[in-house]
Amino acid sequence: MNKIRNAIYEIHHMDDMATKDQWVRHLHPLAKLFVTFFYIFTLVSFSKYDFGGVLGMGIYLLIMFCVADISLKRAARQMRIILLLTIMVGIANPFLDHQVVTKIGGFVITGGMVSMITLMLKGIYAVLASYFLIVTTSIEQICYGLQCLHLPKPFLTMILLIYRYMIVLLKEAERISLSYEMRAPGQKGIHWKVWGSLAGQLLLRSIDRAQVVYESMLLRGYDGTFQLRMKKKKTSTSVLYALIWILIFFFYRRIPVFWLIGQMMGV
Amino acid sequence: MAKIKIEHLTFAYGKDQVLNDLSFQAQGEETIGLIGANGVGKSTLLKLMVGILSGYEGTLEIGGLCVEKKNLAQIREKTGYVFQDSESQLFMSTVYEDIAFAPRNYGYSEEEVKKRVEHAMDMVHIENIKNKQIYRLSGGQKKLASIATILSTNPEIILLDEPSVALDPRNRRNLIHVLKKLPGMKIIASHDLDMILDTCQRTILLAGGQIIKDGSTEEILTDEKLLEEYGLELPLSVAGRRSMK
Repeated sequence: MNKIRNAIYEIHHMDDMATKDQWVRHLHPLAKLFVTFFYIFTLVSFSKYDFGGVLGMGIYLLIMFCVADISLKRAARQMRIILLLTIMVGIANPFLDHQVVTKIGGFVITGGMVSMITLMLKGIYAVLASYFLIVTTSIEQICYGLQCLHLPKPFLTMILLIYRYMIVLLKEAERISLSYEMRAPGQKGIHWKVWGSLAGQLLLRSIDRAQVVYESMLLRGYDGTFQLRMKKKKTSTSVLYALIWILIFFFYRRIPVFWLIGQMMGV
Repeated sequence: MAKIKIEHLTFAYGKDQVLNDLSFQAQGEETIGLIGANGVGKSTLLKLMVGILSGYEGTLEIGGLCVEKKNLAQIREKTGYVFQDSESQLFMSTVYEDIAFAPRNYGYSEEEVKKRVEHAMDMVHIENIKNKQIYRLSGGQKKLASIATILSTNPEIILLDEPSVALDPRNRRNLIHVLKKLPGMKIIASHDLDMILDTCQRTILLAGGQIIKDGSTEEILTDEKLLEEYGLELPLSVAGRRSMK
């Protein structure tokens, strides 16, 4: 039951973060979308053995998380399930690739180990970059950005409606579970015998609430398409922001920075 | 021309007759109270007026337009409907975005949208919560925000379904103050007879799907016998005055 409450709280918290009064939040959503896309694209383009290159891509996240005042710990907690899944991606590599890459002391590092860690890092960075986009840009702004990219309107409307109705569904689930909890003291969770009737109630009540929300939209001129528009955004700052990061990613990908540093230090 | 023209209006949910041969007209900037016990069809009547419910018999015209599918967009631009449950009425992330929803749908420029949103917020005095998340609002703020959402289209007719429900005394008083200042025609369906007494010049008493009495608020809400006969009680202010005597 607390899980539902927590889920609602987390969604509201993300909404709160997205509307904070801070320059990163005031950037045009398209700029943030481009930077995120380009970041993930660059990240993915590194070879699975290029551990140093991938590791360096974390600088973007470190800088932006600090600038936007986002807690990395909280992000990891909120995205823990997805992060766990991404960690699983390369887990079999050490068993498949036994080629020795280097030795540290007496410990043999195989290609499988390197590629496993590189793939894990890629996954974690990609998830955190998406998290950064979500917590600094509201759902309406993200959809507005996607609309600027000419994504089909029905697709955007679907995203927005799913988001709205997800909250309606969660709130109804919370009410039902709270009402159950109050009348079933000391009971852990919901007894399986009432799962059916509660699920039915949840469905009916959610449909009812969703109906009222939809009626409210219709009464205010909604014709099946969300009119996505934004208050005036800082266009020049947004262009500069996107340009600087995209150039950094581009040059970082082209120039092996860590290798050059190693050469200069004579390693 | 009457802003609202209802003649022999009959409506049923399946076999359950809710409104039966109902007729009345309203014009100018009247504020009309719609009263009656639970289930007499107050909300149903309001929903029929904006076309949320359809399949009625008789005549139902808003601003000279018959309430039917082809006229709904025009009728809804002229008519604001405030739901009983503010939480369901407010669905965008912030107060500003929610109030801007209607003018954006009607195709106004972003500059005009901003002007309308600010004007609507000014009318109900909620400028201070402009960028607040909807879920962070109190019950009173939600009610005022939901009124502001309809004011952004400058409606000629405002329909309010139980606006004072779940409000504390101070918020209720504030709401009454706001309602008195709102321009245009208002129809308020409510059980809060004190609020009706404070805000409406005319009152319509519904029972059994029909109009029992249509007249001055003062006259209807001081008629103890009539109110009791139809499951209502004297407004507290009237009852208090009487007991003092």
